[in-house]
Amino acid sequence: MATETAVDVVMPQMGVSVSEGTITKWLKQEGEQIEADEPLLEISTDKVDTEVPSPASGTVTQILVQEGETVEVGTKLAQIGGAPAGNGQAQAAPPEPATAEAAAQSEAVSSSEGETPTAAQVEEVRPAEPEPEVAPDPAPVAPAADGATDGKSFVSPVVARIASEHGVDPGNVQGSGRGGRVTKKDILDFIEQGAPAAAPEPAPTIAVPAEAPAQAPAAPAPPKPAPPAPQPVVAETGEHLEPMTAMRRGIAEHMRRSLDTSAHVTSAIEVDMSNVVAIRKKLKKQYEAAYGVNPTYLSFVARATVETLSEYPWINGEIRGEQIVTRNYVNLGFAVELADGKGLIVPVLKHAEGLNLLGIARGVADIAQRARDKKLTPDEVQGGTFTITNPGGYGTFHGTPVISQPQAGILGTYAVVKRPWVIQDDRGEDVIAIRPIMNLTLTYDHRLVDGALAGRFLRDLREKLQTWDEAAY
Amino acid sequence: MSEKTYLQAISDGLREEMRRDNRVFVIGEDVGVYGGAFKVTLGFQEEFGAWRVIDAPLSETAIVGGCTGAAMMGMRPVAEMQFADFISCAWDQLVTVAAKQRWRAGTPVPITVRLPSGGGFSGGPFHSQNPESSFAHIPGLKVVCPATPEDAKGLLASAIQDPNPCLYFEHKHLYRRIKAEVPDGRYETPFGKARMHKEGDDLSVITWGAMVYTAEEAAAQLDGDGVSVEILDLRTLVPWDKQAVLESVRKTSKVLVLHEDTHTGGFGGEIAATIAEEAFEDLDAPVKRLTAPDTPVPFSPQLEKAFIPQVEDVVAGLRDLAEY
Repeated sequence: MATETAVDVVMPQMGVSVSEGTITKWLKQEGEQIEADEPLLEISTDKVDTEVPSPASGTVTQILVQEGETVEVGTKLAQIGGAPAGNGQAQAAPPEPATAEAAAQSEAVSSSEGETPTAAQVEEVRPAEPEPEVAPDPAPVAPAADGATDGKSFVSPVVARIASEHGVDPGNVQGSGRGGRVTKKDILDFIEQGAPAAAPEPAPTIAVPAEAPAQAPAAPAPPKPAPPAPQPVVAETGEHLEPMTAMRRGIAEHMRRSLDTSAHVTSAIEVDMSNVVAIRKKLKKQYEAAYGVNPTYLSFVARATVETLSEYPWINGEIRGEQIVTRNYVNLGFAVELADGKGLIVPVLKHAEGLNLLGIARGVADIAQRARDKKLTPDEVQGGTFTITNPGGYGTFHGTPVISQPQAGILGTYAVVKRPWVIQDDRGEDVIAIRPIMNLTLTYDHRLVDGALAGRFLRDLREKLQTWDEAAY
Repeated sequence: MSEKTYLQAISDGLREEMRRDNRVFVIGEDVGVYGGAFKVTLGFQEEFGAWRVIDAPLSETAIVGGCTGAAMMGMRPVAEMQFADFISCAWDQLVTVAAKQRWRAGTPVPITVRLPSGGGFSGGPFHSQNPESSFAHIPGLKVVCPATPEDAKGLLASAIQDPNPCLYFEHKHLYRRIKAEVPDGRYETPFGKARMHKEGDDLSVITWGAMVYTAEEAAAQLDGDGVSVEILDLRTLVPWDKQAVLESVRKTSKVLVLHEDTHTGGFGGEIAATIAEEAFEDLDAPVKRLTAPDTPVPFSPQLEKAFIPQVEDVVAGLRDLAEY
């Protein structure tokens, strides 16, 4: 049990005229212990940037306002002690009275010791014994994003009725109400501006495993843009019409959404695959004889990629709301083309960080086969954290793939091509040799991954592929 | 037409009714010689005589009881409570006898009880209340709450001619503050017909009595921000114009119910509940109630201001709805 009484931390009044402040940094996270007067967070106001000391000792049970958010004086920012989860009253906890007196007092104290008004009364609520640390949740929920969408998701009775009468999805309407809620006026304006009068064909919701290039269930799909008024499509002379399959619609939607979401940038690097070729040559017979598995170039690249990703958690990460998600695992997606060349699916090799080359080669062969046989389960196409696509099978040496949302990057592997390559001979002289060269591209979301980081990632990946010995795989 | 204060309009309406119908008589404390605490019946005794303008003892029970008996015998009495607050003394006569007589025995009880009500002048807890909801809850009574001089006159005529006991709440704060054109001659303003005080598109305020003017000032402020507020003056609470309210709700989908009476059990709750029942699918925001808090009316001007909904309270409430 934490401090028996929950103590609220509120946005302090940093001067009479200051009405709001911005959280610049939380110095403690939920679940961490804090002593009274120990700095808990940093805030920035019109007047000062300062640390806010904790009003009490105990566990930080709740952080209610995220970094970067601006809130009014008196807004509850966090809770020390008490029940860890929202107990219903948390949100509604009355702010400390921001009386002129309190303001004057708080202005009188220097900002470094600017106690919140509760400081005095909580002195005695220190915990009797040290608290067991609350294990930080590896994947903390992102309350900020949730809060922002609450208003949007609530549909008032009149909006629901109008939506149903006109066959409009309120999710397609830009909301101007509190928290982005769609108001009656919003939906009426939307309809007036030419939303379809009748519901068009429902948006593709594909539950079959063969869905999109990559499933992106983690991040809720943003509202779909207003569908254009449905007009019958007519084939001109010489044209032929064929309906889009659900998979094609899913791919189309996902591709568009990904480009609308991430800031796509591609960097490429050339890798001398001599080392890999040599190892593979040796292992191939061995693997095929013993395990019936072909250690493909893709498996080598995947194995080295997983290893490199552990050093670049952001490239294996995700932007979720205002948060950056990183993981201690790699769920590696592989873009697999379907037999007729019309369709693509991205099965995911879960926990690839626990697989050696054999495990990866076997896993890739298995999911690729089952993808083509349409025998994947929905679970096997979800939850990817990074994706590898291999368009090199047809000889292409470069490409700019589209990121599988909500991931931060996708690695492209291309044809291994023999090239004249400048190397150094035993005497350190430059000579031209024939080397098997493969281009690798990393397409990354520049919102999260900077170019230098991507460059370092590719450099390290190349280094592994060029230098790792058999044992490293 | 001529410009009259709210008080003059009441006085004129009563006088005209007494002139044309000699069953009508007035009874109350100091209504005769003194002309009434607020001078509504000033000069009445000279014109109509002491038998039609009766100074009663300090007994509201006797006044209402006497009126009930007279009404049952065919008269059209108009009782004046010096302050609406005092009517609690007459509760039994009014609620147990007058309200139920017609149901019990089929005898009409055409009495009108004039109730100077409302605060805003530091009258304190015994001289400032708006107890309309207490009586709106009693089947058999009618409840009238005029806001304008024209309605004050027309609704009084209707109340006097109505075969049921009518409680006529005249807001003291409007007596001399509100002046407007009033039609000459006698006319009746029908019960159960709300008056559109101001048309608007974005928000509806449902109110009555003095709050009509508070809402009007608040609406003017929101008009400046491009938010168009409709104000519906109910005029009578029993019967109340449900149709007009629902029409306004269907138009704006956002409603503020405003009254000077206290919150719990206030008539605003009845309106809000009806809207929720009958216009649920037209709502774009929760129905908001803005009322006095659940306390007696304070004496202190500052506290009284905090008690009675002020223009800025209504502005804040309307903004909140507009932004919802």
